[in-house]
Amino acid sequence: MPWETVIGLEIHTQLATQSKIFSGAATAFGAPPNTQACAIDLGLPGVLPVLNEEAVRLAVRFGTAIEAEIAERSVFARKNYFYPDLPKGYQISQYEQPVVGRGQVSIQLEDGRQKAIGVTRAHLEEDAGKSLHEDFHGLTGIDLNRAGTPLLEIVSEPDMRSPEEAVAYARKIHQIVRWIGISDGNMQEGSFRMDANISIRPQGQETFGTRAEIKNINSFRFLERALRFEIERQIDVIEGGGQVVQETRLYDAERDETRSMRSKEEANDYRYFPDPDLLPLVIDADFLAAATADLPELPDAMRERFRRDHGLSDYDANLLTASRALAAYFEQVAAACGDAKLAANWIGGDLSAALNKAGLEIGDSPISASGLAGLLARIQDRTLSGKLAKQVFEAMWGGEGDADAVIAAKGLRQITDTSAIETLIDAIIAANPGQVEQYRAGKDKLFGFFVGQVMRASKGQANPEQVNELLKAKLAG
Amino acid sequence: MHKKTIAELDRGLRQGDYSSVELTQHYLARIERLNPRLNAYITVDGDRALAAAERADSRRRQGQAGPLTGIPIAHKDIFCTQGLKTSCGSRMLDGFVAPYNATVVERLEEAGVVMLGKTNMDEFAMGSSNETSWYGPVRNPWDETRVPGGSSGGSAAAVAARLCAAATGTDTGGSIRQPAALCGLTGLKPTYGRVSRWGMIAFASSLDQAGPMTRSAEDAALLLQAMAGFDPRDSTSAQEPVPDYLTGIGQDLKGLRIGLPKEYFGKGLDAGVAASIEAAIAEYRRLGAEFRDISLPNSPLSVPTYYVVAPAECSSNLARFDGVRYGHRCQDPRDLTDLYTRSRAEGFGAEVKRRVMIGTYVLSAGYYDAYYLKAQKLRHLISDDFRRAFAEVDLILGPTSPTTAFPLGAKADDPVAMYLNDIYTIATNLAGLPGLSLPAAPAAGLPVGLQLIGDYFQEARLLNVAHQLQKATDWHLASPPSFD
Repeated sequence: MPWETVIGLEIHTQLATQSKIFSGAATAFGAPPNTQACAIDLGLPGVLPVLNEEAVRLAVRFGTAIEAEIAERSVFARKNYFYPDLPKGYQISQYEQPVVGRGQVSIQLEDGRQKAIGVTRAHLEEDAGKSLHEDFHGLTGIDLNRAGTPLLEIVSEPDMRSPEEAVAYARKIHQIVRWIGISDGNMQEGSFRMDANISIRPQGQETFGTRAEIKNINSFRFLERALRFEIERQIDVIEGGGQVVQETRLYDAERDETRSMRSKEEANDYRYFPDPDLLPLVIDADFLAAATADLPELPDAMRERFRRDHGLSDYDANLLTASRALAAYFEQVAAACGDAKLAANWIGGDLSAALNKAGLEIGDSPISASGLAGLLARIQDRTLSGKLAKQVFEAMWGGEGDADAVIAAKGLRQITDTSAIETLIDAIIAANPGQVEQYRAGKDKLFGFFVGQVMRASKGQANPEQVNELLKAKLAG
Repeated sequence: MHKKTIAELDRGLRQGDYSSVELTQHYLARIERLNPRLNAYITVDGDRALAAAERADSRRRQGQAGPLTGIPIAHKDIFCTQGLKTSCGSRMLDGFVAPYNATVVERLEEAGVVMLGKTNMDEFAMGSSNETSWYGPVRNPWDETRVPGGSSGGSAAAVAARLCAAATGTDTGGSIRQPAALCGLTGLKPTYGRVSRWGMIAFASSLDQAGPMTRSAEDAALLLQAMAGFDPRDSTSAQEPVPDYLTGIGQDLKGLRIGLPKEYFGKGLDAGVAASIEAAIAEYRRLGAEFRDISLPNSPLSVPTYYVVAPAECSSNLARFDGVRYGHRCQDPRDLTDLYTRSRAEGFGAEVKRRVMIGTYVLSAGYYDAYYLKAQKLRHLISDDFRRAFAEVDLILGPTSPTTAFPLGAKADDPVAMYLNDIYTIATNLAGLPGLSLPAAPAAGLPVGLQLIGDYFQEARLLNVAHQLQKATDWHLASPPSFD
C-alpha cells in the first residue's frame, strides 16, 4: 500500500537577549554551572518573574516576518510538572493565548515549486535547566544556567509530506530567525532545537494516523534521518498488523534509530493555568511599529528581486540569499562592478569554495566586497583573463594585497597588444613546422596544441580570445 | 512603654524619654518572659534587633529619624529576611535562610524600624486558627485556651500581648483581618497590588496581600505609608501613587454613605458579635455617617470560589518545594520519585497537603473547566457585586468574623467549619478590594472585629473611618489583662 507521511514541527529557538526572560541573569553560553542563575532562576521562595521586553520585541519581529497575527493581548501560563532541572515545578509558557498567531512560510520543493507551510502559532516561554548525569557517580548534577533563557516555540501545521519538506521548512525557519536577528540559531549550543510530530496514512485518506513525537533533534541531518527511520518503523508496525502508539520518542544518532521515551498514558497532565504573577501581555500599535520598523527585506522577497532585477538563476538567487551577510556582500559587489551575473558567479564559485574550505563565514572573508569588486573590474576591462583572475584571487585570499597590487607585483597583466601576440605566434609556428603541416592537412585537433604553446610562451598572460583569432588566421596561411 | 502606640512611642523617642535600644531591650525582655505562654514568635534575634536599634538611635542623633525610626516590630515569618530564618511556619523551610529581603522588610528597614523577630503563622498561611504551624499553635492573649485566628496568628498575638509595637501580616482570604478581630487589633488588607509581594512566600498569588497589624488606625497608616508603592520586581504591583495616609485620617464623617450588606448579618453570625457591630453602627451614626442596606448577592459563593482558586494557585506555588535545591529533603532517597514524595510528605502538614491535592485536582485535565474556569467566572460576579455597591455607597461595613475567638482544637478536625471563619473576609480578596478590621465593643470579654471594605485604593478612607471611631471610643485601647 502506498503511504503518505504527515509531519509537523515544533521548533524551540533561543532568543538573542542579553538577560533571561524573567530575570536579570545573563544568558551567555558556556559559563561554569550555576554561575548564571539568580534567585529567580533558582525558584527560591518569594521571588517573582518580570518579563523581559526585549524577548517580546524579538517575538513580534518573528511574527511580522512570517506575516502572522500579533496578539494584542496574550497570556503567560504555568505548565506544571516535576523535574529536577525545572526549579519552580512549572515552566512559564504561553498556552491558550500566544503572542504570535497564524502565519506561514514558503519552502522550495525539489522540482523548484514553492509550497506554503502554515505556522500555527509561536509563543514565548522559559527554558529549563540541564541535568548532568555523567560527572557525578550515582548522582545527578543540576546546572540552572540555562533556566529562564527566553525561547520562542514555533509550531507548524502538519503540512509537510516528506522528510525533505520537513528539513526545508526547518532550514527556512532557521534562515528567518537568523536573518531578522532574533536568534543566533547555534545548533551545537542548543539555540535551535526541533521536535517532530510524524504519522503515516494510506495515500488518499483524509484523517491523520496516530502520531509519534520525536523530541529534541539538534541538526537538520538528524532530523531527516530520524524521520526516515520513523516512517519505516511506522510502516513496518502497520503492515505487520500492529498499531502505531501515540508516544514520545528520542532519536539516537549513534544507532540511527528512534526509541520510545514515554507513552501517552505516562504523559504528564500539565495543569496549565494563567500565571497569576504576570499580567496579560498587551502589545499596542506603537510597540509593534517600533519593534518591526527596522525589519530587513526578507529572504524570499530578496530572492525574487535578485531574479527579477539582476536576472539571476533560481540557483544563484537561492545561494546568495542563504544569509543576510552573504546577500549584502553580493549586492555590494554587484553594485560596484555593475555586472550582477559576474558577481554571482564569483561569489557562488571561487569565493564560496574558498570559504567552505577554510570553514569561514562570509563575514570573516579575507577578501572584502570592495576587494572582490576590484578584481572583477580588472576582468571587465580585460586586464585579466578568467584564468589570471583566479591566480590574483588566490593571492588576494593569501593576503597579498588588492587586485591591482597583485597584478603589478606579479606582472600578471593580460597581453592584449595584437602585434605582441603575433610575434609569439610566429615563433611557435616557426618552431613546429611538422605540426603546422599536419594541421593544414586537416588535423583540426592540433589547434589546441598551438593555443597551449602560445599561452605557455606568454606565461598565461595573452588574451585567449585574441590568441584564438590570430592563430586561426596565421595557420590558415 | 509597651502600652503605647507607635505614634506615642515616636513622641517618646523624639523627646528623649528613652532610646530605641532601651525600647528594644524592654520588648526583648517581655518576649523572653511572655512569649513561652503564647508561642507567638518562631525566631527572635536580639543581637540583630539591638544593632538595628543602635543604628536607629544614631540616625536620630543625626536628625534623620522618621516616624518609624527605632520602633520595634515583628514580621510574619512569610517575609524573607536576609540572613535570618524564614520558615513560613513549615517544616519544609525550617532552616531556610533567604539571601534577600522582601520588599516589605526592605522598605520598613529603610524607614528605620527594628525587627525583633519573625512571628508564628499557619503553615504557608493556610489556616484560620494558627493551629497548622509546624512550630505549634499560638495562643490568644485574651484567653490562652483560645486561638488567635490565622494565618497571621503570631503577629496578632504578639501585638495584642505587647510583645512588639506592631507587626506585618499577609491576607489571602482574611489572614490579617480575622486574627486582628480575634485579638482586638486594627488590621488592614490593602488593595491587591498596593504592597509589593516580592520576597513574600506565595500562597495564592492572585489573592495575597501584605498589610499592617497594629494597635490603632493611626499606626496602621504609619506602617502602610512605608510599605505601599510600586515595586518593579513585582509585575502585579500597582503604579498608583501613594497618598499621605496620616493627613488622610483627619476627615469628619458627615454625609459618609455606608452600606450594610444583608448577607453579612444573616444566619451564622454570633449574637454577641452582632450586638457589638450594632453598637459600632450607632456610634458611626452619631459621627454623621448614613447607613443603607445593600446586597452582595453572590457573596455566599465566595467561600467555594476561594477554595478552588486558592488551592489551584497554591498547588503550583508550592511545587518548588521539592527537596532538590533547598528546604527539607528526606533521608537517603532511593530515586527521584522517592525524593519528591517523601520530602514533600514529611515537609508539609495535613492542611497544606489537603489544599495541594484540591488544587491539583481542580486544574487537572477534564476538571479545569468545571472548577477553575467556573471559579474565575464567579470571581467576576463577586467583583461586580462590589462595583454595583460602590456606585451607591462610599464604604461597606459588617463583622470581620462570625464569632469571637474559639477554643484551641474546636475546629481543627473540621476543615469546612474552619473555612467558614473567613466567610466575610474572602470576597474582598477575590475582588482585590481593601478591607480593614478594627475592634468593636468586646463580647463576653473577647474582642470583636468590625470590618470596613472600601473601593480600590481607598485605604486612606478606610483608615480615616477607623480612626474617627477610635477617636470617639476606647474599644481599641483595651489590652489583655494578663499581659499588662
